Amino acid sequence: MNVTMNVNGKPYTRDVEPRTLLVHFLREDLLLTGTHVGCDTSQCGACTVHVDGEAVKSCTVLAVQADGMDVTTIEGIGTPGDLHPLQTGFWEKHGLQCGYCTPGMIMASAELLKHNPSPSEQEIRYHLEGNYCRCTGYHNIVKAVQHAAEIMAQGGQAGGQAADD
Amino acid sequence: MTGNESRTDKYFGQALKRKEDPRFITGTGNYTDDIVLPGMLHAAMVRSPYPHAKIGGINKESVTGMPGVVAVLTGQDIADAGIGSIPVGWLLPELKTPAHPAIALTEANHVGDIVAVVVAENRALAEDAASMLEVDYEPLPSVAFAGAAIAEGAPVVHDDVPGNVAFNWEIGDATAVQEGFNAAYKTVKLKLTNQRLIPNAIEPRASLAQFTPASGEYLLYTTSQNPHIHRLILAAFVMNIPEHKLRVISPDVGGGFGSKIFQYQEEVIMLLAARLMGRPVKWTARRSEAFVSDMQGRDHETETEMAVDKDGKMLAFRVNTLANLGAYQTLFAPAVPTYLYGTLCNGVYKLPAVHVKVQGVMTNTVPVDAYRGAGRPEATYAIERTVDAMAHALGEDPAEFRRKNFIQPEDFPYQTPVALVYDSGNYEPALDMALGMMKYPELRAEQERMKGSNKILGVSVISYVEACGLAPSALVGQLGAQAGQWESSLVRVYPTGKVELFTGSHSHGQGHETAFPQIAADELQIPIEDIDLVHGDTGRMPYGWGTYGSRSAAVGGSALKVALQKITAKAKKIAAHLLEASEEDVEHENGVFRIKGAPDQSKTFFDVALMAHLAHSLPDGMEPGLEATAFYDPKNFVYPFGTHMAVVEIDTDTGKVDLRNYGCVDDCGPLINPLIVEGQVHGGIAQGAGQALWEEGAYDEEGNLLAASYMEYTMPRADDLPMYQIDHTVTPSPHNPLGVKGIGESGTIASSAAVANAVLDALWHECGIEHLDMPYTAEKVWKAIRDSRAGMGQAADD
Amino acid sequence: MYPANFDYQKAASVDAALQAMADNPDLKVIAGGHSLLPAMKLRLAQPPALLDIFNLEELKGIKEDGDFYVVGAMTTHADVLRSQLPLFPEVAGWVGDPMVRNRGTIGGSLAHADPSADYPAAALATGAEFVIRGMGGERTVGADEMFLGMFESAVQHGELLTHIRIPRGISASVYEKYRHPASHYAIVGVAMARHADGQIRAAYTGAAEKAARLPKLEERLNAGQDAGTGLVEGADMLGDRFASAEFRAHLVDVLSDRAAKRLG
Repeated sequence: MNVTMNVNGKPYTRDVEPRTLLVHFLREDLLLTGTHVGCDTSQCGACTVHVDGEAVKSCTVLAVQADGMDVTTIEGIGTPGDLHPLQTGFWEKHGLQCGYCTPGMIMASAELLKHNPSPSEQEIRYHLEGNYCRCTGYHNIVKAVQHAAEIMAQGGQAGGQAADD
Repeated sequence: MTGNESRTDKYFGQALKRKEDPRFITGTGNYTDDIVLPGMLHAAMVRSPYPHAKIGGINKESVTGMPGVVAVLTGQDIADAGIGSIPVGWLLPELKTPAHPAIALTEANHVGDIVAVVVAENRALAEDAASMLEVDYEPLPSVAFAGAAIAEGAPVVHDDVPGNVAFNWEIGDATAVQEGFNAAYKTVKLKLTNQRLIPNAIEPRASLAQFTPASGEYLLYTTSQNPHIHRLILAAFVMNIPEHKLRVISPDVGGGFGSKIFQYQEEVIMLLAARLMGRPVKWTARRSEAFVSDMQGRDHETETEMAVDKDGKMLAFRVNTLANLGAYQTLFAPAVPTYLYGTLCNGVYKLPAVHVKVQGVMTNTVPVDAYRGAGRPEATYAIERTVDAMAHALGEDPAEFRRKNFIQPEDFPYQTPVALVYDSGNYEPALDMALGMMKYPELRAEQERMKGSNKILGVSVISYVEACGLAPSALVGQLGAQAGQWESSLVRVYPTGKVELFTGSHSHGQGHETAFPQIAADELQIPIEDIDLVHGDTGRMPYGWGTYGSRSAAVGGSALKVALQKITAKAKKIAAHLLEASEEDVEHENGVFRIKGAPDQSKTFFDVALMAHLAHSLPDGMEPGLEATAFYDPKNFVYPFGTHMAVVEIDTDTGKVDLRNYGCVDDCGPLINPLIVEGQVHGGIAQGAGQALWEEGAYDEEGNLLAASYMEYTMPRADDLPMYQIDHTVTPSPHNPLGVKGIGESGTIASSAAVANAVLDALWHECGIEHLDMPYTAEKVWKAIRDSRAGMGQAADD
Repeated sequence: MYPANFDYQKAASVDAALQAMADNPDLKVIAGGHSLLPAMKLRLAQPPALLDIFNLEELKGIKEDGDFYVVGAMTTHADVLRSQLPLFPEVAGWVGDPMVRNRGTIGGSLAHADPSADYPAAALATGAEFVIRGMGGERTVGADEMFLGMFESAVQHGELLTHIRIPRGISASVYEKYRHPASHYAIVGVAMARHADGQIRAAYTGAAEKAARLPKLEERLNAGQDAGTGLVEGADMLGDRFASAEFRAHLVDVLSDRAAKRLG
């Protein structure tokens, strides 16, 4: 089936099998490998992307279901020269070690900050219950999100596509 | 924090944000599954659904006509290709090691054992065919638990391991221990289960192999903590290919925790498939495959006994352990429950006598090997759980009971009764800092106030020591290691003054790409931006042994330091020559080489690097270039130590345990990068707390894995854990050039015992419960409280 | 992680969906897909054809209709969480995680009748009604008749759950949950609502083969008594490695007591 998506602001049309998961479409058809796969039971959150501005687990959405939609991945939320405040936060606060869960963590956190610009520690922890990290013990992830919230409160710009979300 | 203040280094000791992070936070990291090679095929594994089964026929034709299927490989193909058994890397006396073929030939020995492989044009088609392949299994009797496996008449896992016992091992003086018990004022005895854990690095394992017929060269991308070890094993022991014809690249790796040390079946299969198909072949594990194929951890059944005299001084400690090895022995499997466990059962105490006996048992479960801490968390749990039980029996405060039994600073180097020589340590300051940081007396008062309500408090204080920085080679060789344990480093200075460092260590989250350049920037006195670290590619690095056993900084970092010293020594000679001064008159300060007393006469590192390569004017007889390699083999392990404290709240109505606070004071010597050190401690704590409270790789008694997905295996989540309070003391290692010790595993080594003891502290104070096994799931805790209260009620009624 | 292959079509309307289902009995309806797709990825489910109703606008959103809120079946958990509905927003906050809540739908969850799902307890406690359409027309089923067994609801093959009607006069409500530590589904969830007539309705989920009312508890609370214990029979409960039947029965008591105290 043909699907057309705006991914990180660019239109793509590809012919896919209906069974193609959005995450496989992104990784294998578009070679956007920043979005990762960490489980097969829709729990770990490594595959989190935004579809029409909402965070979803791209391993549990079919590519054909996202036909016609706007998708933002980690590659689109900020760039090395124009980092999203969350990317800055994770870097500054050592919110990552192996980096594998990081794209999903950042995409999930971005949605939190959109709805709740100054979340408490507990709100951050609650919001990230669907994102597993095995390296950090979550301590610095919480601090990274808090740091990003501070940057945004001080008028720090969300880079790249994030403003559209 | 104390200790780092005395250093004058510019970078060493700084909490620099990591150089490697930009690629990870922008989604441009390069993990194995991200890599695409032209013409690449995909493989899917067919895994045994049975814990133990004879493999009858495999009907390849049942899938060979399916769309996109290129080939089906079985154990027969492995045998026909002359591929050897996957070897064990650490031999014990009289160790029985059953064959471990890359694809099972006659028998599958655990759920998840590979019985066939489908190679197809894409992953979906490979999985389609793998799900349809007809395999005749004849189920055989099977056994999952070590205790059951050594019972009379138990099913036998491998015919060449009768009675399922792979080894019997002991350390220490049994007679001296018995004498201690004979003289005891009080003794305690515990039966402990250290449950099976599943490592669960968030990146599933993956491998991608390519074969180039023209040169006979193989290229293997794989998720490895130690690419050289993979190359050595694959080339010399399994595939029989010249070592230099195999290049192993371990690109970005999404966490290891031990599980990516080992030689796995799939890597062998990918190399063979790539050769047979003449095209690159990739396999990436699904999480459900990871559950039944990643090497698992722990799984001990242990009895401990401790004796003390009338002053509460420890006399003797006795440990008897059954270690479940699973269905095969992999790389370090025999070492983990022996030399990495028994030797640490002395803990931080002045124990006159210790004896540890371990039986290694084969079962029809996924193999067990090193998982973060590898033997040392089990040892800490065994002794620290017993120490708490003894403190309870004596009516002493657990912190003070520990304090009075500590090895004292003047005792170092300290020879324990179980082989190790602790080279340095000072245990009381860490204990006192932790007690102060966590406000210990106030916690005890709060515990008293909460007593009898439906929320009770538990507090623990545990002190640990561990041995890490795996090395020295001669010693580990004597103990059975089939590999060296030194590390290498190559420093390459370019004509422009830019520097590349190469290490045999591997970073899969530990921040080497920042910490190693920190060491180098200080030694070379150049900006850290001019230095990059290269790791994870046997084609680029000198030989090395990789990352495990918290060895990167202490061994790999030390190798780097030695190589850097060779560079600066040569640079100084060149600078002296350029300055027309004698070498003794030249000093290297603030980034320049200058003549003492004539500060305007100087040469920069760039000047020297350029001249080393132009070679227009070098000292007589000096080789051009500026490059040095060092191979560093330490004199001893390093011995990090510290005190960890956990505070738990238990809801007595539901049995639910909440980890409310966690604090620790660790001593890993001087901190190269405090940000990275603290991150390592955080993650380690979460993994140990995970074991104490949630995680359990549960099997049924036949060997079916019950916790085979995240629906059944509890991973610690953000909302399960508190912020951690962390501090450090700094006691440098006396024998390596950086003074550093390992920190990658300390958190895990201490925290399962700390959290367990906090839970038991609550249950002891509330209702006299002496022991419960991890994990402290709600129902287990609720029932224990209910039953003990019922028992106490009854006792009062009587 | 690839599902077995299948045909896929998007429904243009509820009528078209019903017609498609009548034409092809093998057609499996997919809504948010957060129960179905995980099963398909593990190949535990291999439907030959999917009919996607997730985007049907006529099944989205929350309206008021006299004494009822009318909730479209394809309203996501996230939209329920942010709504003014009684009880359901609190319950929605316990469903899955934020990403799951952005895709999973209230109708998909309720029609699926997972015995560990959270919403069924809320539906029973609020006395919700289910509007179910088939080729033969529309029928309304009360909450007490909706949950028939494990993964078995009153929605028959060839029918679609289109709307959930939730009474508007509920003055207070609470949900207490003891979640499965790994999956975060309910080991036990207890929902409670005080209705316009002042009567309290209560129900549990997770503990047994299907969600059900707690008549003993309702009787006691409506008589002004405490929740007490022995609200369910241990023998009727499910048991597994994480919680035995006995423990689940105990949790029903504990959570009922906590819910009653919070309800005030």
